Amino acid sequence: MPATGMYDLIRANKRNSWLLVMVLCLILAAVAGAGGAYFGGNDPLPSMLVFGMIGLGIAMIGGLTSYFMGAEMIMAVSRAHLADEADQRQLHNVLEELCIASGLPKPKLYIIEDNAPNAFACGRDPQHSAVAVTRGLMDKLSRNELQGVLAHELSHIQNYDILFATMIGILVGSIALLCDMLLRSMRWGVGGRRRSSDERSGGGQAQALLLVVALVLMILAPLFAQILQLAVSRQREYLADTSGAKMTRDPESLARALEKIAADPEPLAAANRGTQHLYIVNPLKGLSETQSWFATHPPLRERIARLRALT
Amino acid sequence: MSAIVILVIVVVLAIIVIGMYNGLVRLRNQVQNAWAQIDVQLKRRHDLIPNLVETVKGYMKYEQETLEKVIKARGAAMTAQGVAATAQAENQLTSTLKSLFALVENYPDLKANQNMLQLQEELTTTENRIAFARQHFNDSVMTFNTALQTFPRNIIAGMFGFKASEFFAAAEAEREPVKVQF
Repeated sequence: MPATGMYDLIRANKRNSWLLVMVLCLILAAVAGAGGAYFGGNDPLPSMLVFGMIGLGIAMIGGLTSYFMGAEMIMAVSRAHLADEADQRQLHNVLEELCIASGLPKPKLYIIEDNAPNAFACGRDPQHSAVAVTRGLMDKLSRNELQGVLAHELSHIQNYDILFATMIGILVGSIALLCDMLLRSMRWGVGGRRRSSDERSGGGQAQALLLVVALVLMILAPLFAQILQLAVSRQREYLADTSGAKMTRDPESLARALEKIAADPEPLAAANRGTQHLYIVNPLKGLSETQSWFATHPPLRERIARLRALT
Repeated sequence: MSAIVILVIVVVLAIIVIGMYNGLVRLRNQVQNAWAQIDVQLKRRHDLIPNLVETVKGYMKYEQETLEKVIKARGAAMTAQGVAATAQAENQLTSTLKSLFALVENYPDLKANQNMLQLQEELTTTENRIAFARQHFNDSVMTFNTALQTFPRNIIAGMFGFKASEFFAAAEAEREPVKVQF
């Protein structure tokens, strides 16, 4: 049974994903165009256009890649491997039961070899979706608790939360990677420049360009952090909890699973800034969850209380 | 002139009747499809039971009666005809299996047996699948029966011999539906 307002939610998720790609195209085209104008000399217009087009092209390729291959990319980054049908009978069984309950096609099932219990879903639509669970989740949770967690993930798939979360995840992940690379190259660049003093002018120009790019990224970073927060608004997590509980008719098991995941001290090694918002419980431990920029998830205590109120 | 009017009325009526008839057929097919999904899972459970009995037999010397009951319930479930009778027989089978698994708790060796663990998992998942498929089936039956019994489709249904479908009744100890408020 579709939840109330589910179709509005699906529409909003599709719209947000489109907006994200278009804004990204515009920003990249503008930045590249500005760069082109800067290096264009006396007649900046042609090089500005060429660079702008290149920027637009890169953004479009990036958008298409993350749409069509996003799930595979995120699984690769998270060091997940496909769960074997014969070896992981119980995990496959639990997922297939829930597919009968929800009427969704069966997503691809992945395992992350990590002792920290956690799980996430990604993909572009229910027909092209994937779910990953950690080894720790399978070991530490009972069958019913596992079912609660997977039902939460299937609700994200049903609501198309995965589409926007996947797109934004790849975007933020790439930016974080770029920032790290840039920071590292600038640190090394200081040492390298002294040796090649005869190439000073060229090196200086590249340095200036890097500085500009770093500046732009620094300005954009909080913006993307904000978008990330929107991607995992509290409302969405609450909704996935309740519709998951409705699917299994067993809110208590999901509540217990959340308690167990919250109480587990181990951090998840494969999680990063680009994928943290996907997980059922934020895998980057050490951030206190009530405040700060990085609070992508609602407080667990509140989620558990709401689930218990359903019974 | 009046002949044309009569002709138009007849054609319009025919179109309406055809539309209603097709709608009822579509809903009936949905019910049959939902039933087929339950049936697959029920068959799966029937196929698992001989294996289960074979595994358990070696360990449980003094529980022959319980095993007999399971085998008998399986036989009854396999020969049951119609939705209501099948539901009753299957619920009977579920309860005999429950008492069997309660006894298994007394046999630590059996509980740790790899074959037994696999069978237990397969039976658990099959039972969950039956429960979820039954929900879907009963929803389809509800839609079909409502269409069938409301005016004016009830006239068409009577003309072409459509019959209301039975619900698949659940066993007593079922999970309560969750009340969700947004």
